[in-house]
Amino acid sequence: MSMDMLQIPDWSDLGGFLPETVMFGAFLLALLGDLIARRRPAVPFAIALTGALTALALAIAGLDTPERTILGDLVVVDGLAAFFRVLFALVAVATMLISWASEEIMGRSRENKGEYYALIALMTGGMMVMAEARDLLMLYLSLELVSLSSYVMAGYMRNSLRATEASLKYVIFGAVSSGVMLYGLSLLYGLTGSLTYVGIRDALAAGAGDPLSLLTVCVLLLAGLGYKIAMVPFHFWAPDVYEGAPTPVAAFFSVGPKAAGFAMMIRFFYTTMQPAIDRVDWRLLIAVLSVATMTYANLVAVRQTNVKRLLAYSSIAHAGYLLMGFLMLTAAGLQAILFYLLVYALMNLGAFLFVIALNNSLKSEHIDDYAGLGFRSPWAAAMMIVFLFSLTGLPPTAGFIGKFYLFAAVMQEGWYWLAIVGVLNSVVSLFYYMKIARTMYFTKAPADAPAVPIAPLHYVMMVLLAAPTLALGLYWGGFKDLADRAIQHFTAI
Amino acid sequence: MADHLLSWMTFAPVIGAAVIAGLPGRYKDLTKWIAAAATAVPLLLAVQLFLQFDRTTADMQFTEHYTWIKSFNIEYFMGVDGLSVPMVLLTALLSFLCIIASWRIEKAVKGYFSLFLLLEAGMMGVFCALDFFLFYVFWEVMLLPMYFLIGIWGGPRKEYAAIKFFLYTLAGSVLMLLAMIAFYYNVKDPVTGGHTFNMLHMMDQANHGGILDLANVRFVIWMGLFIGFAIKVPVFPFHTWLPDAHVEAPTAVSVILAGVLLKMGTYGLLRISYPMLPDQAVGFMVPMAILGAVNILYGAFCAMAQTDMKKLVAYSSVSHMGYVLLGMSAMNEVGINGAVLQMFNHGTITAMMFLCVGVIYDRAHHRDINGFGGLGLQMPLYTTVFSFALFAAVGLPGLSGFVSEAMVFIGAFPTHRTITVVSALGIVVGAAYVLWMLQRVFLGEKNAKYDSLPEISARELFTLVPIGIIVLVLGVYPMPVLDLMKVSLNHLIKVVAG
Repeated sequence: MSMDMLQIPDWSDLGGFLPETVMFGAFLLALLGDLIARRRPAVPFAIALTGALTALALAIAGLDTPERTILGDLVVVDGLAAFFRVLFALVAVATMLISWASEEIMGRSRENKGEYYALIALMTGGMMVMAEARDLLMLYLSLELVSLSSYVMAGYMRNSLRATEASLKYVIFGAVSSGVMLYGLSLLYGLTGSLTYVGIRDALAAGAGDPLSLLTVCVLLLAGLGYKIAMVPFHFWAPDVYEGAPTPVAAFFSVGPKAAGFAMMIRFFYTTMQPAIDRVDWRLLIAVLSVATMTYANLVAVRQTNVKRLLAYSSIAHAGYLLMGFLMLTAAGLQAILFYLLVYALMNLGAFLFVIALNNSLKSEHIDDYAGLGFRSPWAAAMMIVFLFSLTGLPPTAGFIGKFYLFAAVMQEGWYWLAIVGVLNSVVSLFYYMKIARTMYFTKAPADAPAVPIAPLHYVMMVLLAAPTLALGLYWGGFKDLADRAIQHFTAI
Repeated sequence: MADHLLSWMTFAPVIGAAVIAGLPGRYKDLTKWIAAAATAVPLLLAVQLFLQFDRTTADMQFTEHYTWIKSFNIEYFMGVDGLSVPMVLLTALLSFLCIIASWRIEKAVKGYFSLFLLLEAGMMGVFCALDFFLFYVFWEVMLLPMYFLIGIWGGPRKEYAAIKFFLYTLAGSVLMLLAMIAFYYNVKDPVTGGHTFNMLHMMDQANHGGILDLANVRFVIWMGLFIGFAIKVPVFPFHTWLPDAHVEAPTAVSVILAGVLLKMGTYGLLRISYPMLPDQAVGFMVPMAILGAVNILYGAFCAMAQTDMKKLVAYSSVSHMGYVLLGMSAMNEVGINGAVLQMFNHGTITAMMFLCVGVIYDRAHHRDINGFGGLGLQMPLYTTVFSFALFAAVGLPGLSGFVSEAMVFIGAFPTHRTITVVSALGIVVGAAYVLWMLQRVFLGEKNAKYDSLPEISARELFTLVPIGIIVLVLGVYPMPVLDLMKVSLNHLIKVVAG
């Protein structure tokens, strides 16, 4: 183990670590608040929300601070980490607000509402660390922190059979894949003799590791990381968990941990594995996985009749699109990923929010029950159309701009076949997204269809998500600059 | 308004759509009047455009040029030349008349008219955009309203028709997207030296570099663009979405589909494929001519087999768009002028036919050709108007269809002798299916079931007569439209075929 590991952390290090500290503090305080003010979930909710908002403000303020390593070389706060901190804080705030008006979370029979908000705070802190980890130990620690809290969140409805099953599946899948990854990490340590990314990179650059063992390491690591971003063939948990977990939890999972997984993959592969590319062409490996992911997910999504499962496969497919940008190893590719993740957070949360808002009154996620919604709840349905078009990648929505940058990055590097597979996949995805639109607008509602009142808070959130989804499709200059700035000093490129 | 004429034409309907969307649903009449006003603005501006357009130059006119996204050199760049002006005029005219023709829509009035206005904005934008990115955005923006217009207000098989239309078109346009990105990275802005989406720069071969220097890459890009546009035209074998969409769509939407949307395919070929990849265009002359001939004959024979009036008109569109392809493949001045004139004429004539079919469908609630008979006695005025449209479609001398078809054949004959001769058979088959339908519907024994069918109304006549006048005038004296496009098209053909 290298000597710098033994460095004693300096208190001043915490200065660069504020948003995370706030999130963890909010977690503890929310738990405490829940304990004291039992049966009043407003207290932990307010604490967690205040924490997330504070973290958001701090993360935004910290966007332009220079790169610094903290706790020896365990974590690094640079542009990339700063960008992801903002994203995670935003997602946390949105999820908390969405959950507050959701019957699934706040329904009468639920007894652990306080914990729920505390867990979101904990997970958000964990995701921030995932984006900052620059050491194998920290990588594993933050990944497990996020995983463990997500198992609990998936099983939030503890007396629902479906939720319990989902949670159990999640635990088993998660345990296996993280075990597999741990094995890969140990191999990597054995090959390079270092736990820090920098140390590993230097060892690999000096020629450590033969092609076969490096390939094994890549595959084993991808099992763990691929599981987090729901990449084929490590995606099997996603549809079941999304379907079984409360919808707000599914919404959070589809955006937060996925983005965190990408942040971790970017830092790990770009920093450490780049020198090894002459011995193991992991770009091709990921290209194949990317194609498999989007093609498989899009084809399977076509047959779904449950909206949550459909959105689960859609989010798997989006991991496939994002992987295309990932393997470019260029600034353009990274910028495209970051921009896409931002856009994806907006539109995917929006689509899930529609499902959550309707679940309050419909008590169903079956597509057929959405019949006639275009006329029963015209404004909400119209906003859902914006989200669906954006997910498909049609102008004038943000989703198109995101896809455009991704494809442009792929074309720039000359991966034409990949770009062609990618665009054809978005044509397939149109079919199943439009399945929702079709039911809402072209099918008549049955005579006994219930009224669909939508909680005012949900309405507000929907507008807040739909407006930028549309506006960013017309002018995205500023947001793109944000993504571009994030990697300006990312030394790996 | 004079400074930003094209922007006003494009975005006046958007403003109208926004106003309608904000209006409470119970003001149905007001909604319709707002829609009419929002389409009248582009129509009036189109008249101004027609009067002020300089017919002596091939340069872009009425240009507007602003930076949109600086970091990626995306611009808001609008402008028109002789190729786009006829299409802009057609769009403005048909959109306005279609709003009038939709006056009796009762279902979700607010949604219908705001979507229709968005559709017009998309079409206008496509014909005016000179930045490839902007062009693509407009091209795709149109899909959304079209999907819902077919799917909500359409006929019995509307869901199938709507998604089929959507999937086909999107499949084509994503290929265009990749071609566009390939251009972006391999075309240099002569001023700044950076990448560019400016179509005028892309048309200048001197700016091409990188992979655009490789012949086989150029061929692949050409094919990507061609498939994208061919689906829209539609060129056989990509045409199967068309009969479904045209038949299921409500009348006014069929008019727009056939009258304007199909033209976007051939417009794209002439605006983008031809000038940007002239070598490939010349190399593709013969396949293009063959595809044109197939369209002409296959469309005509299919039309003959139909018993649904709307389907017959739909297949006649496939056939008539074949003439456009044939004219384009001729690579000479007469051929290309004939092709673009045919685009304009088909827009007007087929609009008349769809509007006429709509008239009878509103009354009898079916379109079965064999279900009528002797309508000429019951509705003489209607019979006159419909026959006029049908004869124009056949290419009767004195009506506009004849002029453009003749020009296409005259242009194509020297270049593709055999193909042109074979294509000419299409005229005969065309006459056959049209006259046969005329005979079954309007002549013969009067069907007692339809003794009480009311005659065509003044509102319906109002939508048909202006187009009829245009068809007649251009049949006798086509110069008003030919003068508009001649200089630009002759310049284009000089660039492409040397």
